[in-house]
Amino acid sequence: MERTEWPLWEIFIRSQHGLAHKHVGSLHAPDAEMAVKNARDVYTRRNEGVSIWVIRSADITASSPGEKEPLFEPANSKVYRHPTFFPMPDEVKHI
Amino acid sequence: MTTDRDLFDYLLRLADSDLILAQRLGEWIGHGPVLEEDIAFANVGLDLLGQARMWFAYASEVETRMTGRGRTEDELALLRDGGDFRNLLLVEQPNGNYADTIARQFYFDAWHQLLLTKLARSADARIAEIAAKALKEVTYHVERSTDWIIRLGDGTDVSRARMQAAIDVLWPYTGEMFTADTTDRVLMVDGMACDPESLLAPWRERVGAVLSEATLTLPSAEWMQRGGKQGVHTEHLGHVLAEMQWLQRAYPGAQW
Repeated sequence: MERTEWPLWEIFIRSQHGLAHKHVGSLHAPDAEMAVKNARDVYTRRNEGVSIWVIRSADITASSPGEKEPLFEPANSKVYRHPTFFPMPDEVKHI
Repeated sequence: MTTDRDLFDYLLRLADSDLILAQRLGEWIGHGPVLEEDIAFANVGLDLLGQARMWFAYASEVETRMTGRGRTEDELALLRDGGDFRNLLLVEQPNGNYADTIARQFYFDAWHQLLLTKLARSADARIAEIAAKALKEVTYHVERSTDWIIRLGDGTDVSRARMQAAIDVLWPYTGEMFTADTTDRVLMVDGMACDPESLLAPWRERVGAVLSEATLTLPSAEWMQRGGKQGVHTEHLGHVLAEMQWLQRAYPGAQW
C-alpha cells in the first residue's frame, strides 16, 4: 500500500507583545483544525505566542529568487519614496 | 467528618491515575505514528505528571499531619507497591494500537474534565486550587482526544473497525469512574469532593454525542470492572510499576 503523507502546513505565531504573526516553521496535519492543535503542541510549548495562523504550504505563492533583480533592485535607488524630508514637530516625534 | 486518612486516600486516587496514565503516554515517546502526535501526547503526559505532582505534594502534607513524617512525592510515586496504588483500572490498560490509546484517553479526559470542574468548587481550598489549574490543561486534552475519536471513527474502514474495537474493549473499565465508595461519600458530605455518580449522566451524554459524530456505536454492556481505587489491580499495573520504579529501587536515592 502506498504511504501517503499528511499535507504540510506553514505556521505563524503572534507573541503576546507582538503585532504581527511570525513564521515559525511547518508541520504535517490532516486538516486545518488539527494543524492549529499540532502547532499549539509543537510551537507554543515555551509560551511563544497567543495566536496561531496555519496555511497549507501548497496555498502559498512565493516570488522566485531568480526574479530578485527586476522585482527589488529598482526600489534601492529611489530615495524620494522614503518619508524622511518632513520636519517633525516635537509633539509627534515618536510616531 | 473527613479524617486525614480519608483525604489522603482520596488525593492518592487522583494522583495515581494521573501518574500511571502519564507513564503509559510516555511509552509512546519515539514511537508515535507521526512526529506531531509524538510531541502532542508527550505534552499531555507531562501535563498529567505535573498534576500528579500537585496532588502528591498535598497528600504528603496531609500525611505529615497524620503521622509526623509524610513521604515525599518521589517516595509516594516510586516506592509504593501495586497494592497501595489507587489509580483507575482504565489507565493501566496497555497502549495497544493508536485507537486503543485514543479510546482510553477520551474516556478518561471526558470524565476528568467533569470531575475537575466540580472539584474547582471544593470546600477544601487546596483541592479547588489544584483542580482549577488542572482544568485548563484537561480542557485541551479532551478536545484533542475528541478530535481523534471523530477522525479515526469517521475515517477509513480500517480506522473505524479499530476504533470501534477499542471503544468496546475498554468500555467495562469506565464504570469505576462513577462508583462511589466510603471515601467518596465521606468527602462528599463535607463538600470537599463531588459525588462520582453525578458525573455519569453528563459523561454518557458527551461520549454518546462524540461517538455518534464519529459514526461509532456506543457500547451497551452493563457489567463493569472495579477495584483500582481500592488497590486491586490488573496484571498490567505490575509491568508499569516495574518499568517506572526499578531504578529508584535498584539505586535508592539516585539523583540526576
